[in-house]
Amino acid sequence: MSVQRDIARRVAGHLRDGEVVNLGIGIPTLVADSLGDREGVVLQTENGMLGVGPAPGEGEADPALVNAGKLPITALPGASYFSSSTSFAFIRGGHVTTSILGALQIDGRGRIANWALPGRPILGVGGAMDLLVGARRVIAATTHLTKDGEPKLVAECALPLTAERPADLVVTEAATFTVRDGGLVLTEVAPGFDRAWVAAHTAAPFREEEA
Amino acid sequence: MPRVTAATLISLDDAAALVPRGATIMVGGFGLVGKPVALVERLLEHPEATELTVISNNVGEPGKGLGRLLAEGRIAKAIGSYFTSNRDAVLAHAEGRLEVELLPQGTMSEAIRAGGAGIAAFYVATAAGTLLAEGKETREFDGVPHLLQHALRADVALLRARRADELGNLVYEKTARNFNPDMATAADLVIAQVDEVVPVGAIDPEAVVTPHLLVDHLVLTP
Repeated sequence: MSVQRDIARRVAGHLRDGEVVNLGIGIPTLVADSLGDREGVVLQTENGMLGVGPAPGEGEADPALVNAGKLPITALPGASYFSSSTSFAFIRGGHVTTSILGALQIDGRGRIANWALPGRPILGVGGAMDLLVGARRVIAATTHLTKDGEPKLVAECALPLTAERPADLVVTEAATFTVRDGGLVLTEVAPGFDRAWVAAHTAAPFREEEA
Repeated sequence: MPRVTAATLISLDDAAALVPRGATIMVGGFGLVGKPVALVERLLEHPEATELTVISNNVGEPGKGLGRLLAEGRIAKAIGSYFTSNRDAVLAHAEGRLEVELLPQGTMSEAIRAGGAGIAAFYVATAAGTLLAEGKETREFDGVPHLLQHALRADVALLRARRADELGNLVYEKTARNFNPDMATAADLVIAQVDEVVPVGAIDPEAVVTPHLLVDHLVLTP
């Protein structure tokens, strides 16, 4: 299992029945395939659909049916389609309970930077800011390190923040952090990793859950 | 202005000729899904359709849809949420050939909705405190900073729908709906590219997404 799929599977484990969940681009998209037959979790995609199913089989993609990453999806029984403004009204209005977002960096307060790339002009934002401001619960799903091996959890983001509002939960392949009282709290170390590895590869300050 | 008579079925060329130099156009679609590609690409054959301001989530992909208009220098300004996926747009912006106004996707769609609903501007918490707040009026509501966003309107909206009836009532197809119904409300002239035109009465009134009073012209593409 790739690291990305492993993170998606770990995030899926944090979803509760009854949640309406929006999946961001990248790793979050993979959560759809990790839900199996969990009918209690309903997926929304901001380009205008509720009731997103898993990716279609090979040769079965419908060109009119895509997610926010423009990748082919399927529609589950009970699905519905709506316009972009309605979709974002659902998001800002708090009707989408949970937003799962990727991250380029996360600071010590749990705030996410995920829209502006280093050294590039700022020409894309998509729906990330709307989701961060609107969803009742935000889960950041990200690899623990950048491709260059640098920690993604840093004291202060060098990249522009997507919103002042922090994530509620940060899930990587190595650890889970809960954002509590304005700081990161390590609540779980994944199998195959230990606290020393997490401490050595996390540049943001964090507390440890009291035993 | 919106009309209450039946939408008229016109050719791609007649539709393209309705986009004048310097016009602001809205173009539906999320990427190429729900984008009226045939209509957009026909503008290439009409030299007057230039110096355009384009309101669309993206500016197409290199060599496709709006990407072709951009490559030919027809687009002066783009208002949207995600241009990074078109390297031509990134280059045109870097060389000063393309002015860009970047909006969060939800703020953009609501600005279009407001433009079609007679609302001049609104306050929204999205993007407050970020780089996209620069130059925008900020006001606190219940202690939360909000940005003032002005409504968006266009001279012409180019839409993509699955089916129309002869009056111009529209139904869409799955996630190809996206910005199209919002844009149908927010332009002085509305042209929809459709796969099929059916007799009046063939679309269940409960299923109509865009009522015909918003639609001026239909273009049928095979």
